[in-house]
Amino acid sequence: MAWTRKILRVNLTQGSCVSEALNMAWAAQYLGQRGLASKYLVSEIDPQVDPLSPGNKIIYATGPLTGTMASTGGRYSVVTKGPLTGVIACSNSGGFFGAELKFAGWDMIIVEGRSPTPVYLHIENERATLVPADDLWGQTVWATEAALKKRHQDPLLRVSSIGRAGENQVLFAAIVNDLHRAAGRSGVGAVMGSKNLKAIAVRGTRGVGNIADPKAFMAAATAGKKVLAENAVTGQGLPTYGTQVLMNVINEMGALPTRNHRDVEFEGARKISAEAMHEKRASDGRTHLVTNQACFGCTIACGRISRIDETHFSVETRPEYWGASGGLEYEAAWALGSANGVDDLEALQFANLLCNEDGMDPISFGATVGAVMELYDLGILSKEEIGLETPFGSAEALCKLAEMTARGEGFGKVIGLGSKRLCAQYGKPELSMTVKGQEFPAYDGRALQGMGLAYATSNRGACHLRGYMVSSEVFGIPVKTDPRETAGKPEMLKAFQDATAVVDSSGLCVFTTFAWTMNDIQPQIQAACEGDWALDSLLQMGERIWNLERDFNLAAGITGKDDTLPPRLLNEPCKTGGSKGMVAEIGKMLPEYYSLRGWTADGVPTAATRSRLGL
Amino acid sequence: MQITLKLYAFLTDYLPVDARRSNALVLEVGDGSTVASLIADRALPPRLVHLVLLNGEFVPPQQRDTQRLNPGDVLAIWPPIAGG
Repeated sequence: MAWTRKILRVNLTQGSCVSEALNMAWAAQYLGQRGLASKYLVSEIDPQVDPLSPGNKIIYATGPLTGTMASTGGRYSVVTKGPLTGVIACSNSGGFFGAELKFAGWDMIIVEGRSPTPVYLHIENERATLVPADDLWGQTVWATEAALKKRHQDPLLRVSSIGRAGENQVLFAAIVNDLHRAAGRSGVGAVMGSKNLKAIAVRGTRGVGNIADPKAFMAAATAGKKVLAENAVTGQGLPTYGTQVLMNVINEMGALPTRNHRDVEFEGARKISAEAMHEKRASDGRTHLVTNQACFGCTIACGRISRIDETHFSVETRPEYWGASGGLEYEAAWALGSANGVDDLEALQFANLLCNEDGMDPISFGATVGAVMELYDLGILSKEEIGLETPFGSAEALCKLAEMTARGEGFGKVIGLGSKRLCAQYGKPELSMTVKGQEFPAYDGRALQGMGLAYATSNRGACHLRGYMVSSEVFGIPVKTDPRETAGKPEMLKAFQDATAVVDSSGLCVFTTFAWTMNDIQPQIQAACEGDWALDSLLQMGERIWNLERDFNLAAGITGKDDTLPPRLLNEPCKTGGSKGMVAEIGKMLPEYYSLRGWTADGVPTAATRSRLGL
Repeated sequence: MQITLKLYAFLTDYLPVDARRSNALVLEVGDGSTVASLIADRALPPRLVHLVLLNGEFVPPQQRDTQRLNPGDVLAIWPPIAGG
């Protein structure tokens, strides 16, 4: 329904919920979701604010295409200052919550202050109420959703909430909606927890309206769906195998970070891959994978729904985990598996279930466990300190540490700080596989040079979804480039980053770009939204968003020196495989990247760049 | 000479049943075999032969006719796939 033109401002300190008009001048410059919420955030908070203090704000934002008939048009983003990184956090989620928020008549919710006692926000169309949540505090995401649906006698209520990890302010706590879709990264769940806000429960019945040109929009959306259906990746590959199909690909390339990035090939990769999820288990004759699942309005349906082996040690006495549930996606399978040398698919699924149930980012959790296992291997951490043996490859340790971290028990509290703080605490900061405090996802920055640069320059710390160079360096989308080559990568990365910022601000899913180009996306935005949304305008908007985020991060205290990778990736060559002998050549690419961005040699946007972009 | 052929995702069906749980098949191929000749010998549908890695390195379509196989090579092939 394009914009509803309404914001819900919730002040938790005062206990107030107020409707205000959306700033349409800003909407014309930042579109929605990631871009527009970032504009509001940087305009309203002190960049130096403690992320877990009442002075931080947290924004839940839809895009203009959220809730429309555009394929994948169900996304929302959570934007705040991230406690894991100390820079801007913007975590994107699918499921059904975002569309429901739009149906209730709201473009975004801005939450400020801190409630003296736990509350949840209940939204029923234009009516918004803060409700005591003392009885929900201490409950999991799953229990919270069930309790709210029962309390309101509404099975169609959509709930976005935190579990115990967010309450305990685990620095990589996630916000989970629809049971297993998550605004996962940078610790947005800890911010929600710091505000004593347990959940947002929304029901919207206002339907779709306010599309600028409905006839043109239907034509553009239909054309877009045809492209997705006829593309081999979005029409067949992703629905059948999900993102997990990458496990064997990345391993064969020698680009699969293994055992805290000590290695780039994992001997157990096949056992935790998409292909393994399709095989019948010896124990019960069932496949791990039950079905795929789509988010609101999605015609790709890449999501995985799996059933854990009831005889597995992690759940054999816990039938509450036996049903079909979310997972495993590639990033989670990598972080919980290869990053720790664990090749037990069922153990990964159990740890993933705990991440969903209690709201933790499986990437940062798994990668932090990888650091713990390396510190244990080096004799720096002991069984006595951790409370259990944690050698690389231990499925038992993975499962136990997941429970301890989610519940804030024992050494789990230290893991909940993330690997940067944990490794520093034990005198080995160089063993933290992070950028700007956030753990790497599932591609080695030595083997894929463009991804190395993407990690170093990402505005939310190490992240694959700010400029997914894997698309070119591995899949050949839009063109195949040599992953070992640095030439041309800065220019391509800038284009990826700016285009991704557009998609993330629209309400669409970035996975559409495996089939769609901006020429498929632009007509959908133009038809739905009033104003000038020509291709050039959109791409310049993406660049504007990138620089807005950068300016905030600089004001928050980072410098160009933070645009780098851990020493292991810069100095320790890959040991085996197709990437043998390679290190990340950031120094060859960063100056050109800064120049293309219109930044100084220190990584600061120049006055001319700011002026050109209207910043 | 012996090489290892790995077929993944939809191409798994083109392996013998007993090789599907490893996605790998050790093959005896003639001297002078190329990537393209092996793909043809195994009757792999062209539209499913997308990402081709020889010992972890990408082999572009235009080089598959001339890229010779050597003893001990690992040739891995995927249909069009992506993820994130």
